[in-house]
Amino acid sequence: MNPALLGLVTIVIGVGGCLAYFYFSNILLDKVIFPGTGPNAGRNINRAEKVRPWLFLAPAILALGLYLAYPVFATIWLSLTDRSQGNAFVGLANYRQMGLDPKFWEALRNNMLWLIVVPAASTAFGLLAAQLTDRIRWGSFAKSIIFMPMAISFVGAAVIFKLVYDARPEGTNQIGILNAIWLQFDGAIWSVVILRILPVVILLAIATLCAFLVWVFARPVLRPDQSRPGLINSIVRISAAVVTAVLVLACLLGALNAVTGTYPYGVPQQWLTIPVWNSFFLMIVLIWIQTGFAMVILSAALRGIPEETIEAAIIDGANPLQIFFSIKMPQISSTIVVVWTTITIVVLKVFDIVYAMTNGQWQTQVLANYMYDKLFRANDWGVGSAAAMVIMLLVTPILVWNVYNARKEMR
Amino acid sequence: MDDGMAGGKSSLTWVVNISVVLLVALWLFPTAGLFISSFRTADQISSSGWWASMFPQEQNQTLRTARPGEDNIAEVNGVYQIDGNLFVAEGQAADIDAVQATISAWGTGSLNIDEYAPGDTADLGDGEQITVQANGDYVWTSPEPQSGRGQRVFTTAKTPPEFTLDNYRNVLFNPNNREGMAKAFFNTLTVTIPATIIPILIAAFAAYALAWMDFPGRALLIAAVVGLLVVPLQLALIPLLRLHNEIGIGKGYLGVWLAHTGFGLPLAIYLLRNYMVGLPRDIIENARVDGATDFQIFVKIILPLSYPALASFAIFQFLWTWNDLLVALVFLIDSSGDTTVMTKQIVELLGTRGGNWEILATSAFVSIAVPLLVFFSLQRFLVRGLLAGSVK
Amino acid sequence: MATLKLTDVAKTYGGTIDVLKNINLDIKTGELIVFVGPSGCGKSTLLRMIAGLEKISGGELQIDGRVVNDIPPAQRGIAMVFQSYALYPHMTVRDNMTFALKLAKKSKAEIDAAVAKAARILQLEPYLDRLPKALSGGQRQRVAIGRSIVRDPKVYLFDEPLSNLDAALRVATRIEIAQLKESMPDSTMIYVTHDQVEAMTLASRIVVLANKGIAQVGTPLELYERPQNEFVAQFIGSPAMNLLAGEIVETGAQTTVKLAGGGTAVAAVPTRDSDRGLQVNVGVRPEDLSAVEDGAPYIFEGTVNITEALGEVTLLYFDRIGDNDAVIGKLPGIHQGLRGQTVRMTAQSDKVQIFHNGQSLHYR
Ligand SMILES: Nc1ncnc2c1ncn2[C@@H]1O[C@H](COP(=O)(O)OP(=O)(O)OP(=O)(O)O)[C@@H](O)[C@H]1O
Ligand SMILES: [Mg+2]
Repeated sequence: MNPALLGLVTIVIGVGGCLAYFYFSNILLDKVIFPGTGPNAGRNINRAEKVRPWLFLAPAILALGLYLAYPVFATIWLSLTDRSQGNAFVGLANYRQMGLDPKFWEALRNNMLWLIVVPAASTAFGLLAAQLTDRIRWGSFAKSIIFMPMAISFVGAAVIFKLVYDARPEGTNQIGILNAIWLQFDGAIWSVVILRILPVVILLAIATLCAFLVWVFARPVLRPDQSRPGLINSIVRISAAVVTAVLVLACLLGALNAVTGTYPYGVPQQWLTIPVWNSFFLMIVLIWIQTGFAMVILSAALRGIPEETIEAAIIDGANPLQIFFSIKMPQISSTIVVVWTTITIVVLKVFDIVYAMTNGQWQTQVLANYMYDKLFRANDWGVGSAAAMVIMLLVTPILVWNVYNARKEMR
Repeated sequence: MDDGMAGGKSSLTWVVNISVVLLVALWLFPTAGLFISSFRTADQISSSGWWASMFPQEQNQTLRTARPGEDNIAEVNGVYQIDGNLFVAEGQAADIDAVQATISAWGTGSLNIDEYAPGDTADLGDGEQITVQANGDYVWTSPEPQSGRGQRVFTTAKTPPEFTLDNYRNVLFNPNNREGMAKAFFNTLTVTIPATIIPILIAAFAAYALAWMDFPGRALLIAAVVGLLVVPLQLALIPLLRLHNEIGIGKGYLGVWLAHTGFGLPLAIYLLRNYMVGLPRDIIENARVDGATDFQIFVKIILPLSYPALASFAIFQFLWTWNDLLVALVFLIDSSGDTTVMTKQIVELLGTRGGNWEILATSAFVSIAVPLLVFFSLQRFLVRGLLAGSVK
Repeated sequence: MATLKLTDVAKTYGGTIDVLKNINLDIKTGELIVFVGPSGCGKSTLLRMIAGLEKISGGELQIDGRVVNDIPPAQRGIAMVFQSYALYPHMTVRDNMTFALKLAKKSKAEIDAAVAKAARILQLEPYLDRLPKALSGGQRQRVAIGRSIVRDPKVYLFDEPLSNLDAALRVATRIEIAQLKESMPDSTMIYVTHDQVEAMTLASRIVVLANKGIAQVGTPLELYERPQNEFVAQFIGSPAMNLLAGEIVETGAQTTVKLAGGGTAVAAVPTRDSDRGLQVNVGVRPEDLSAVEDGAPYIFEGTVNITEALGEVTLLYFDRIGDNDAVIGKLPGIHQGLRGQTVRMTAQSDKVQIFHNGQSLHYR
C-alpha cells in the first residue's frame, strides 16, 4: 500500500480507535456492567465511578509501561547478559569490558565536558539575550531569531555548521565562514588582541566568577557558628565547590595556553579534526540550538519579577549590576536551575549532532553515540545496554529531584 | 524599562541595541549561509563564500570567442573579422541584452590576465588583433580567414549576484535523482502526522483523569509521569526493537508510530494535566449537574477549553518527530531504504556527497523549511507550552 | 414541588477531618432557605452535598421522599448557580442554556420554548448568540440563573451568586431574584450567602451554621428577635448584639437581672424560682438601646469613647462596662456631642434576651 494512504488509514484507525475505545468502554461500564438503573442503581453508579478513571488511563499506562518503564528493566537485564552466549547471565562482565574500552572513557570524558559547557553557555547566553531583548523595541523580533534554531533538527544544524566549519585547500577561496575569518588573522596586533588578549580576559572573568561561586558554595559549610547546613547539604555544597574549583583551574590553564600557544596563522584549519577543540565546535551547535530555549524561559521569569522590588532597589541606590546580581538573580534562581537541568538532559541524550558531524571520530565520541555504535554496528547488546545504563545513571539525580519537587508542589 | 525613569542613559540604549544586533547576526548567520547556498550553483559555491554572493563579484574567467566558421566571418576592407559577445558565445547570457557582467580588465595570456583595459586592442601576432569592450563585445580581425578554435580571452569581470532554483528542481522534482528528497519528504510526513495526533488523544484522556478524577494512586501516577519525562529513550531501543520483532511489527511505520507515541506521552500528559488542573472547577461541576457524563464533559468542555495546551504539545511533538533521526533509524528504516526519512537521507548525503554543497544545502533546507514555517506561524503556542512545561 | 429532608447528615474529609455532623433539616415545597454562617463553616459543603458534587459521609438525604445519597447530580432534579457563574466560555449564551437539555435528549421544540421563556424572564433575548466574555458581570449572572431555569428543576441551589457583583448591581439582582422566586411559588430554593441583608430579605427561613452543626433554623424575624443562642444573637444583626454579664435577682413572668456593671435589666422572659442567682448574659441590640434621664432605671452607665455619625443613625462606642469592652449603642439622628460624656442606657423589656451557658432562656 502507498505509505501516504497507509498513513491516512492509520490516522483514521488510530484516532477513531482511540475515540471508539473511550466511548464504548464508558457505555459498556454504565449500561452493561454497572447499570445506573434498577434496585442497585446507587451502588452501581459508585462502582462505575471507581472504575472509570482506569478506563481513561488504560491506554496511556499501557503505552508508558511498555515503551518507557519496561525498557528500563529490560535494559538492566540486557546489560547483565551476553547475547553471543545465548543470553546467559554474565554478571558485570559487560561493565568490565566497557571499563577496559578506551573509547568509553573518551566518551565519558567528552560527555562530562559537554555537561559543563553546554548548559552553562546556553544559560548564560540565554540570560544575556533575555536581559538585552527585553529592553528594546524590536526585542520580540530578536527573540524570534535567537529562538528559531529550536525548530531546526540536529541533523539540519549539523549540515549548517559543517558549512560554517568547511575548509578548502590553502590558496583557494574559503567557503566556510570560520576559515575565512581565521585567514584574516596574520599575527599582527589585531590578531594578538582578538586571539590572545580577548580570550585571556574572558577566561579570567569566568575564573573569577567560578571562584566567587566556590566561595558561595563553601562559605556556609566552613562557617564556624551553629547555622551550618545539614550533612547532605554540606556534601552537595562541598562537591559543587570542588567541581567549580577545578573549573577555575581549567580556566587559568586555558588562559595560560592562550598566551603561550603558537597559532598556525594563514593555514586553513579542518576544525572538526583537531582533538579537544573539535568537541567544542560540536558543542557550539547545541549551544546555538538551546540558547533560545533558555532565553524564552528566563525572559518570562525576569518579567515575572515584581517591578516594585527593582524600584525599591533603585531608590536604595543600587547600580544596574547590583540590581541584576542581588535582586534579579536570586528571584530567578529556581528558573535557572530548571533551565539548566532541562538542557543537561538534552545534552545527555545528544546523539544526532555527533553522529552526523564526526560520528565519534577524532576523539569526539559521546555516550549516546558510543551506545549506538555498540548496539547497531558492533551488535554488542551487552556493552551497549551497559552504556545506556550509564546514561540512565547520570539522569537519575535529576529524575529524583524532579519527582521530589512535583510531589512537594502537589501538597 | 529605563525609558520612563529620571536619569536613564540613552547611550546605554545604543549599547544594548548594538549588542542585540550582533547577537541576532551571530544566530542568523549559520542558517542564512545554508539558505543562500541552496540558491547557488555548484561552481559559485565552491569558488566563493556565500557571504560574497550578495554583492557583485569580481570573477576571473577564461572565455573564448565564437568558433570561426563560414557563417560568422565577414570580410571588411580585405580584413577578416569576427564579432560578437564573449558571454553570449560562452552561453553565459542568452543575448547581448542579457549580459550583466562588466569587464574591468582582460588579457590574452594566462600569465598576464589584466594586461588590457576594456576598449583596448590587443595584438595577437601574425597581424591578428582583438578588441574587447567592457560588456564583452569583441572584434577579432585577421588578414587571413580565422580557423581552428575561438580565441582565448582572460577576463576580470564584475558579475551581479545571481541565484538559481535549479538545486530545488533537482532535489525535489527530478524523478531520476535517487538521492532526491521528494520520497523522503513524504515518508517523513507519513511518520509525523499519526505520531503527532495519536499521543495527543491518549494523553488528553489520561490528563483529564489525573487532573479531575479522584482515585487511589493518582499522586503516584503523576510522580511516575514526571519521572518518565527524563528517562532517556536510548534505553528503550533494543528492548523495544526486540519486542517489535517478536510480535511481528518489525521495522516499519507502525513501529515508529507506536514508538513516537510512547516516547511523547510523558510530556503530553504532563503539559495537558498542568493545563487542565487550571481550568475552573465550577465549570466542570456545573456540567456534571447539567447531566454530562465524564466522557461528555471531556469531549464537550475540557477538549475545547484545552485547545492552547493541545496546540502547544502538537507543535512540540511535530517538531520532535519531524526532526528525529534516532527513532527512525532504529524502528523504521530497513535495509531496502524505501522508508528513509529526510534526516537519514541528509546524513547519508553528508557521507557520500560531503563536498557537494549545492545538494547538501538544498536537501537540508527542504527538511528545515517545514519546521521553520510551523515555528514562525505558531511561535506563540510553542512559547506558552515551553513555559507550562518547565517553569515550576 | 419538592421537599428535602436531611437526617443526621455528616461530612468528613479523609476520614478524620469533621466538617459537618448531625445536620437535621426539613425543607418544604416552595421555601427559600438561606444558609449563613462564618467563613469555612461548611455552607458550600452542605450545598454541594445536596447537589451531589460531594459525597455524603453519613446520614441520609431525601428529595421528595427518595433517598438520593448515591444518585448522581444530574438525576437529582436540581440546578445550581455558582459564585463564579461557571459559564462555559466556549459556548454562546444559547448553547450554555441548552447544554443540559440537549444532554437530556429533549425535543427541539421543547428546548426552544424553554430558552425563549427564560430569556424573556431574565431579559436576555439580545444576548443569546454572544459568548460569555462579551457580557457584563450582571448579564453573566443572569445567564447562569437562566441556565438553571430552563431545566425546570425541583430544587434550585445558589452558592453566593451575587458576591462577584458590585454593590449597586447586587441590590438590583437581589430584587430580581426575589421577583423570580415570587413568580415560581412552587419551586424550592437553597441559597448560600455572606450577606445578611440578602439573607433577611430573601429567606423564608434562615439556617445558621456554626461549629460543624446548625445553630438555629427560623424565619428572619425569629432569628433577629429570639436568637436561640449567643452565637446566633451576635451573628445576626449589625453591629452585633451587646452581651453583659449579670445575675438573676427576680424571677416570674418577667425576669430582673442585676448586672456586674451596676445597672439592672428587665427582660420579658419567664423564669422559675430556682433560677434566682443564676449567672447569665443579658443581650441587647444596639438599635434597641436608648438614653435615659438620671434617676430612671438603667441597664448600664458608660462613657462614650467614640461616636460614628452615619447620617440617619449615630453609633456610640462605650468604654469597658463590666468585663465587656465592645458595647455599642445605635441612636437615631446625629449625636456627636455625646462623645466623652457618661450616659445611662436602657431598653424595653421585650427587646432584652437572657442567655445562660450560651443558650437563650426563652427556648427552655
Ligand atoms: N478537600 C478538603 N479536605 C479537607 N478539608 C476541606 C476540603 N474541602 C473543604 N474543606 C474544609 O471544609 C470546611 C468548609 O468549607 P466550605 O467551603 O463549605 O466553607 P464555606 O462555609 O462555604 O466558606 P465560605 O463562606 O468561605 O465560602 C472548611 O474549613 C474547609 O477548610
Ligand atoms: Mg463557600
